[in-house]
Amino acid sequence: MKYMLLIQSATAETADAADQCTFEDWAAYDKEVREAGIWVSGESLADLVTATSVRVGRDGGRTVTDGPFAETREILGGFYVIDVPDLDVALDWAARCPGAHGGGSVVVRPVAEFGG
Amino acid sequence: MGDRAAAIGAPDEASMATVEAVFREEYGRLLAALVRRFGDLDLAEEVTSDAIEAALTRWPVDGVPPKPGAWLMTTARRKAVDRLRRDQAFAARLAILQVEAERAEPAPAADVAAGDLPDERLQLFFTCAHPALPAEDRGALTLRCLAGLTTPEVARAYLVPQATMAKRIVRAKKKIREARIPFRVPGANELPERLPGVLQVVYSIFTEGYAASSGPHLQRLDLAEEAIRLGRILRRLLPAEREVAGLLGLMLLIHARRDARTGPAGEPVLLDEQDRGRWDRMMIEEGRDLVPIALTGGPPGPYGVQAAIAALHNEAVDLATTDWPQIVALYDVLLALTPSPVVALNRAAAVAMRDGPEAGLALLDELADEPALRGYHPSPTARADLLHRLGRLTEAAAAYREALELAGAEPERAHLRRRLHAVEQPGA
Repeated sequence: MKYMLLIQSATAETADAADQCTFEDWAAYDKEVREAGIWVSGESLADLVTATSVRVGRDGGRTVTDGPFAETREILGGFYVIDVPDLDVALDWAARCPGAHGGGSVVVRPVAEFGG
Repeated sequence: MGDRAAAIGAPDEASMATVEAVFREEYGRLLAALVRRFGDLDLAEEVTSDAIEAALTRWPVDGVPPKPGAWLMTTARRKAVDRLRRDQAFAARLAILQVEAERAEPAPAADVAAGDLPDERLQLFFTCAHPALPAEDRGALTLRCLAGLTTPEVARAYLVPQATMAKRIVRAKKKIREARIPFRVPGANELPERLPGVLQVVYSIFTEGYAASSGPHLQRLDLAEEAIRLGRILRRLLPAEREVAGLLGLMLLIHARRDARTGPAGEPVLLDEQDRGRWDRMMIEEGRDLVPIALTGGPPGPYGVQAAIAALHNEAVDLATTDWPQIVALYDVLLALTPSPVVALNRAAAVAMRDGPEAGLALLDELADEPALRGYHPSPTARADLLHRLGRLTEAAAAYREALELAGAEPERAHLRRRLHAVEQPGA
């Protein structure tokens, strides 16, 4: 079963300075996920200042805005999709993810299956 | 199950009673075994109900079979196979589920011969108490799946409309199915993290039944008894876990006071005013025997320590002869294990008994700014009682009035009004 791990980075206020993960932590985690044979996909996202939102109104008009900006307490910083047998296994991988430490969190969402 | 019984006519009452008793005992066991076999809670529930309905029709006519549990299991399995034949798409989905489940853990040992069902309930306990489920639904699901209560019964127990409860149970089951919360007993390394969650669910059922937070009834004995029943099952399933013994002991020791705990009009009777002759001695014995089991062989856990405190209360003839120094010492241990303002509040009350009301009041003052105690009526009640004992009646009255604004259950409120009256008109 596929699960998406949404990596929510801590903002300046929620970050735990004493428990920040390093580039090496991420590299090690990424290697583990791939070597375990559960990796489906995953990306890390560029800085939030580069984000742009698009909305299309009922009249077909397009509105493009800069953002969204961090009104929220956490910012989506990246994701993994992993294929594991059940939620407990997915939660274990989420707990090992560096993004779950240092004031951040990882949201685990099952990927919907259609026509199973 | 009353509705179903009515629907099939009127079998004689003696066999109906047997049937109900068997079902209460077998429901969770049967459901758990079927979940283990099919990996799907909905299918397992459906065929468990089917098998029970079949029994309700057949047993009054044919008599109760010699091995009722095995009969129900065989019938349920047959119904499941029928259902899977009818619904190929569902069967295909289920097959995938099973393959993946086997990937997750080695296949279970071959089924024990019918008649000697392996007890698979422990995994169901862990699923129902899974931290990924909403906290408020874990108790409801546990009552539904393991205590064998029907949805209307669970709704009545929690004093919520039936439709609301049905929705909550459906939502919880949907999450189990679609997020694939597994049916498994956590490994030895995970157990310390996961077992407290299961114990918490059982204890929350107990406390929910013990003191309704609102409404006219102070005690709903049914839920407390269901929780004890669940505690006994857990104790059989996990005999080596000391906190399970502690939890069961704690519930028995508290429940032993049930008859003395309310007055004729349903008003609460506090420990110091209870007729200790009405305590259930057998239950106290049983609970007390569990305390040393809970407290030996390793560092104590919070349920074991609370059971020990309850046992000390239950052993005393009255408040004066209660071993308060020992109780305070146990609260110190409890506070170190589970630091919480509520525990600190109870400790302060025990200190007041050991060292006098001033000492207790000084501790309450230290807790005055705890946000967790804001809106918690036992806090101003404890203060009011100590002020009363010190003869500071005006302050006591103010504290009782504060407690009255916070208390929800009517019997509790009536009790507070009486105390308020006593300090407003001393000697009346």
